[in-house]
Amino acid sequence: MPHMNAAYNLARWLTRNEDDAQDVVQEAYLRAFKFFEGFHGPDARAWLLTTVRNTCYTWLEQNRRNRSATPFDEEIHTGEEDAMNPSSLALKSGDVKIVRESLEELPDEFREVIVLRDLEELSYKQIAAVIKAPLGTVMSRLARARERLKRILCSRLKEKF
Amino acid sequence: MDCTHAQSLLDTYVDQELDPVRHLEMQEHLQGCAGCAQNYSDRQMIHQSLKTESLYFKAPRGMENRIQRSLRQAARAEAPSRRWFSGDWFKIAAPLAVAALVVLMIVPYFAGPSPDEVLGQEVVASHIRSLMVDHLADVASTDEHTVKPWFNGKLDFSPPVVDPAKEGFPLIGGRLDYLNNRSVAALIYQRDKHLINVFVWPATDRPITEARKKQQGYNVIRWTGSGMNFWVVSDLEASQLAKFAELLKSSLRAS
Repeated sequence: MPHMNAAYNLARWLTRNEDDAQDVVQEAYLRAFKFFEGFHGPDARAWLLTTVRNTCYTWLEQNRRNRSATPFDEEIHTGEEDAMNPSSLALKSGDVKIVRESLEELPDEFREVIVLRDLEELSYKQIAAVIKAPLGTVMSRLARARERLKRILCSRLKEKF
Repeated sequence: MDCTHAQSLLDTYVDQELDPVRHLEMQEHLQGCAGCAQNYSDRQMIHQSLKTESLYFKAPRGMENRIQRSLRQAARAEAPSRRWFSGDWFKIAAPLAVAALVVLMIVPYFAGPSPDEVLGQEVVASHIRSLMVDHLADVASTDEHTVKPWFNGKLDFSPPVVDPAKEGFPLIGGRLDYLNNRSVAALIYQRDKHLINVFVWPATDRPITEARKKQQGYNVIRWTGSGMNFWVVSDLEASQLAKFAELLKSSLRAS
């Protein structure tokens, strides 16, 4: 099966749960099969990831109603006042757990762009197609996502020592 | 490039998605600005830390088989409804159907206008010409008994001339005209300020399909009756012109 790892990786990061990720991927492949049997376009991976992402959000909507999740509001997350005053980041190779937890802590909208860019290595253009947003939004959202990830990492590293 | 600008482009720079010019500007700025350079190295560190293999979730064993099984099931369930759209015959028939559709859509354009349409254009052109130059009528008379004999010796037929003046369509004259490769009679009537041209010639070859049309803003009514072809053209409103045509027909039938 093509792109199964990519599909699972994205689903796993978005659902943050192994079993749910498997269900979502299966559902996504069924959807992909139904709506576009034998899609062999030049960008099959980005196309499949779009389907996985949509399936994830449908799934999250259905399963998150009872959990008190704060709705995403870009305005709230724009406070990057200390962006210009860098606190140097000292990550060591043994800090994988901290990186993973920090990434999981990010809001979905930030987490997905980091996963699509840094893990799946999609181009900005592909990401724009997957999340159905203009290129400029991809750029600014990635910047905010990484800034936020950096702050979470910093505070977690401080806690550690 | 100032720091605020550099800051906003930092991630795009790290991802190597900047255009070449901005990329170079950014490079220069990072060489001369310690603060931004620090941010840049942080970004790189984050990028490196995310590149670790243990952050990439590989599909668990068994998942692929499970999904393949469910896909096969779905395929079986959908098979009957899909049969029409799959298989070899469809691969041949679909392009043929598309080709046939294209031909059907294109053919009318190549076939050109029908003889009646061509004649219709001629009639309208003739009507317009009669209004443009000072040559509306060769014989200006409101008397049908003056107009009808005037055509004697000028045409190889005697056009039927009536005068429905009582109904508000007075005859104002007659003219020789040339249509459909022959000399024809043109009778001019008037309704208020609207002029009506009635072209008449013997229906020798084929009868015209009766029709009411709008052409270049003019209303055209045509029919064959009493052995003659009639083409009525005017800028008069369609229902009024239809009324006039009916008057002509009924008085011709009576005469």
